[in-house]
Amino acid sequence: MAFESFADFIDMGGHGLFVWLSYALGIFTIVGCIVQPLLQSKAIKRDLRRRFRREEGSA
Amino acid sequence: MAYKWLPRWFFQLASPRWCYQITGQLIPWFAAISGLLVVSGIIWGLAFAPPDYQQGNSFRIIYLHVPSAILAQSFYMLMALAGAIGLIWKMKVADMVAKSVAPIGAALAVLALLTGAIWGKPTWGSWWVWDARLTSMLVLLFLYLGVIALNSAIESETTAAQSTAVLALVGLVNIPIIKYSVEWWNTLHQPATFKLTEKPAMPPEMWVPLLVMVIGLYMMFGLALMLRLRNEILLRERRASWVKELLAVKA
Repeated sequence: MAFESFADFIDMGGHGLFVWLSYALGIFTIVGCIVQPLLQSKAIKRDLRRRFRREEGSA
Repeated sequence: MAYKWLPRWFFQLASPRWCYQITGQLIPWFAAISGLLVVSGIIWGLAFAPPDYQQGNSFRIIYLHVPSAILAQSFYMLMALAGAIGLIWKMKVADMVAKSVAPIGAALAVLALLTGAIWGKPTWGSWWVWDARLTSMLVLLFLYLGVIALNSAIESETTAAQSTAVLALVGLVNIPIIKYSVEWWNTLHQPATFKLTEKPAMPPEMWVPLLVMVIGLYMMFGLALMLRLRNEILLRERRASWVKELLAVKA
């Protein structure tokens, strides 16, 4: 471990704000890029199924 | 137009259905491996890599900044390549790949620029300088945004794909500029960590987690790309019978 205590880990030798802000942005970007298409996929499939059902009904 | 010198799998790639199936099989593997690599890379980089004797602990930002910068450039090249294939061989799938890459590449460029600025503040005393590396990365972001905007502005899918492919290809010259900016110009930004022929200037305790993060994030954003591509395929191929069957079964 590069740190003596958890408090030191959070503080990052005075650079805590910079490091944790960067990692927060990083996690946000990664999670966003994965979650957004997953949600979109659900919406697309739901809409397409609705459309197919409607077409079948009028056929 | 069938070219004899191209392998058969190249034309198999042209089938949206085949792409949908193969990405479906790859996704769980990419998710598991990338998850493992990224989580261990972050923990290693944050808690176990030694602090830099000059920069202290702010250097740990490298484990996000460098991979996102590398990926932003790689994905741009992929976008330009996919666009070129779409232009030359009129492959719909290539157009779909190019369209799917753009927002991910833009997000990565933003992350690289932001983490770079945050890292620059304690290191150089400034959030931003107009040096060659930073400026050309900003241009990269503008190119991505231009591709996204152009794509949404044009109604016809084919025309949109052609125009954005041309834009992506014109902007390709920016990539070697970014790469060699630290060699050609007097820049504040430091030179490359990883070179093809030399050993890295930093000790393995520092560069091994960086390599883990580069590979892990390549796979993770590759996964994101596959997810977007599948959505694009479903939307564009919705009239096809295989899509109807696929969705009917899942009901």
